[in-house]
Amino acid sequence: MTGAQILIESLKREGVTVMFGYPGGSVLPIFDKLYDADIKFILTRHEQGAAHAADGYARATGKAGVCLATSGPGATNLVTGIANAYMDSIPLIAITGQVKTFLIGNDAFQEADVTGITRPITKHNYLVKDANELARVIREAFYIATSGRPGPVVIDVPVDVQQQDVEFIWPETVEIKSYKPTLFGHPGQIKKCVKLITAAKKPLIYAGGGIITSGAHQELKEFAEKIHAPVTTTLMGLGGFPETHELSLRMLGMHGTAFANHAIMEADLIIAVGARFDDRVTGRLDAFAPHAKVIHIDVDPSSISKNVKVNIPIVGDAKNVLGQILEEIKKAPDTSAWLETIDSWKKKYPLTYKEAGKIKPQYVIEQIYELTKGEALITTEVGQNQMWACQWYKYTHPRTFISSGGLGTMGFGFPAAMGAKLGCPERVVFDIAGDGSIQMNIQELATCVCNKINVKVAILNNGYLGMVRQWQELFYKKRYSHTCISGPDFVKLAESYGAAGIRATKKEEVRPAIEKALAIDNTVLIDFHIEPEENVYPMVPAGEAINRMIGGMA
Amino acid sequence: MKHTISVLVENKFGVLARVAGLFSARGYNISSLAVSETLDAGVSYMTLVVEARDEDVLEQIKKQLNKLIDVLTVTDFTKKEHVDRELILVKLKSPGIKEKEKLEKLLRKYVAKIVQHKNDTAIIEAVAEQAQIKELLEALEPFGVKELVRTGRVAMAY
Ligand SMILES: Cc1ncc(C[n+]2csc(CCOP(=O)(O)OP(=O)(O)O)c2C)c(N)n1
Ligand SMILES: [Mg+2]
Repeated sequence: MTGAQILIESLKREGVTVMFGYPGGSVLPIFDKLYDADIKFILTRHEQGAAHAADGYARATGKAGVCLATSGPGATNLVTGIANAYMDSIPLIAITGQVKTFLIGNDAFQEADVTGITRPITKHNYLVKDANELARVIREAFYIATSGRPGPVVIDVPVDVQQQDVEFIWPETVEIKSYKPTLFGHPGQIKKCVKLITAAKKPLIYAGGGIITSGAHQELKEFAEKIHAPVTTTLMGLGGFPETHELSLRMLGMHGTAFANHAIMEADLIIAVGARFDDRVTGRLDAFAPHAKVIHIDVDPSSISKNVKVNIPIVGDAKNVLGQILEEIKKAPDTSAWLETIDSWKKKYPLTYKEAGKIKPQYVIEQIYELTKGEALITTEVGQNQMWACQWYKYTHPRTFISSGGLGTMGFGFPAAMGAKLGCPERVVFDIAGDGSIQMNIQELATCVCNKINVKVAILNNGYLGMVRQWQELFYKKRYSHTCISGPDFVKLAESYGAAGIRATKKEEVRPAIEKALAIDNTVLIDFHIEPEENVYPMVPAGEAINRMIGGMA
Repeated sequence: MKHTISVLVENKFGVLARVAGLFSARGYNISSLAVSETLDAGVSYMTLVVEARDEDVLEQIKKQLNKLIDVLTVTDFTKKEHVDRELILVKLKSPGIKEKEKLEKLLRKYVAKIVQHKNDTAIIEAVAEQAQIKELLEALEPFGVKELVRTGRVAMAY
C-alpha cells in the first residue's frame, strides 16, 4: 500500500467517519485516495475553519476530530485551531502535508517547519519520514490525543512518504513506554479526602471541563446530592451539572454569578474536579478562597498546585475518582446552614438586566433557551456574546455548550457549530455570535450551504467589538479606540451564500425570528440589532478579588 | 536556587527541542544542559541545572517535563545522594617557568592538568564538582584566564 492508502485505512480503523480540510500540492496523494474512500470529507473554505470544525466535532461527540491541510500556508492556517484545541484539552488530529523528505530544511516551495511551529501548542507531534512508521504513528496519535488529559496531535507527512509503497501492518495495541496516564486516585488520598468532606461545614464543588471530558456528569450529580454540596462550574464545565438543579450555582469567575463567587470566598472546603484555577476564575490569587481547604482532582498532575495551594491532590480521571469517593463516603456532612446562606445569596443577587427600548442580548438568549426547550447545542464566539450565552442559557447536558475557553478565539463558534452539527445531527445547533467574531470565519457559510449543514447563527449585533469596548468604557475613560466595527448587510450576505437571513430590530421581532429560523431547513443567520452599549454584568475587574463584583446586581 | 535534574528521554527526533522549548515557553531558566546517549542507544540522558525561585516552581518544572510524551523519567537530585561533575577547559596566558611550578602545584591539588602548552597559551582541563570548580577558577585568576569553556554539570544517582 502507499503511504496515502495506509493513512486513510488507519483513520478508518480508528473509527473516523468525518474529516475536515483543504487540498494542496503536498497532500495530493492523500486527496486522491479520499476521492473514493468512505470517509465523509468536508471541504471548508479556510483551513482555520477545518481545525475549528474538527474541534467542534470532538467537543460534541467525545471522539477525536480530524483535519487535513497542505504544507506551508495550509498548515500555518491550522495553527490557531490547534492552539485553541490545546488550551481546552480537545482531542484533535491535524494531518499536514510536508515537502519531500530530501527537500526538508531547504526552504522549499510551501515548506514550513510544522513540527517546530506546533510543538508548544500540541500534546505531541510527529514528522513521519518513512511510510513504515505511518500506521503506528496514527495509532499512537489517536491514543495520545484521546487519553489522559486530551489534546491535539499533529502528524506531518511528506509527499514522498505518502507515495512510498510499503506493507501495511496495523499494530493491534498501542504501547508507549514513556506515556502512562494515571487514571485512578490513590486510595490513601481518597480516604483523606473523604475525611475532609465529612468534616466540612461549607463545602463547594468547583467543576471544570474534566467532567465533560471524562463523562463524569452522572457521578458528579450523585456526589453533590450525596454530600449536599453546591456545585459551580467553569465555562468549560457548563453542562457538566444541570443548571436547573437546586444545588447549581451556575458559572463562577469574572462574569460568573455573584452567588457562585460569594460561595467560593466563604467555603471552608473546595473540591475542584477537572478544573485548573484559571485566572479568569480565581481573580486576585492571594485573596482567593481564604477560608478553604482544597481537594484537587485532575488527570494532569501539572494542573495541581500550579496556581492554588492544594491540601489533598488526587491524580486520576474525574469519573473514576468520583466513583471511588462515592464508594468510600459513608456519612454526609451537615450543610443545611450553608445551603440556606447560599439560597439567600441566590435571592439577593440574581442575574438581571434592565429592559429598554432596543433588543437586549440577554433577552435574545432567554428566548432561544425557551424556544429550544433548553435542548439545543450552543456554540459561541468570543466576547460579550460568549458571556451572555453562559449566563442566559441554562445547560443541563454535557457537550451542549461549546466555546473557546482557554484561547478565547474569535471566529471559533461558527465552524465549531458546523462540526458539532455533523457530530450530532439530531440536535438543534445555535452559534451565539458577535458581529465582530462572525466576520472572522464567515466564509464557512459556503461550507454549510454546500453540505446542507443546518446550523443557526444568532448574531448579537452591537456594532462594536463589544467586550473590548466595555473595558474601554470602564477602564479607559470611554476612549473607544478602534472598537466600533462595521459589517456587511448580514441578511443579504447570507442570501448570497444560499443561506437564509433574518433581521430583528425590535423586541417583538425576536421570538418570531427565532421561530422562523428553527422552521427553516437551511443554514440561517439572524441579525439581531441589539443595544449597542450593553455591558456584561456582574464583572470582576481583572486583578481584583473574585467577590469584588461590579454591576448587574439587584 | 539551583537544582540538578536528570531526564531520561526517548532518543527521538526533536526531543531536545521539546525540552528546551518547554523551558523557554514557561519562562524557566536553564543554567546548564548536558545531553548524551546511554547504554541503550534508544534512550538519551540529560542533566539539567535549573534555577527555581521556590519549591513550587521546581515542582512545576518536574511535572511539565514528565508531561512530555518522550520523557521516560525525571530525577531531582536536590535531596538525593548523587555524584555530579563538570569538565572545564581554561585557556591561560603562557605561564613563565617559575609560575609554571606554582601552577602545577595548584593543578595537582585539583584533578586538573595542562593538556596543551604552545607558544604563549596553555589549556588546562579539570573535572570536579561545582564547589571545587569554583575554587579552582578563583585560584587560576592570577595566572591570567583568557577563555573558559564548561560542559555543564552531569550527575548520576546512587
Ligand atoms: C482572534 C481574536 N482577536 C482578538 C480578540 C480580542 N477580543 C476579545 S473579545 C473581542 C470583541 C469581540 O467582538 P464581537 O464578536 O462583536 O463580540 P461582542 O463582544 O461585541 O459580543 C475582541 C476583539 C480575540 N479574543 N480573538
Ligand atoms: Mg459586537
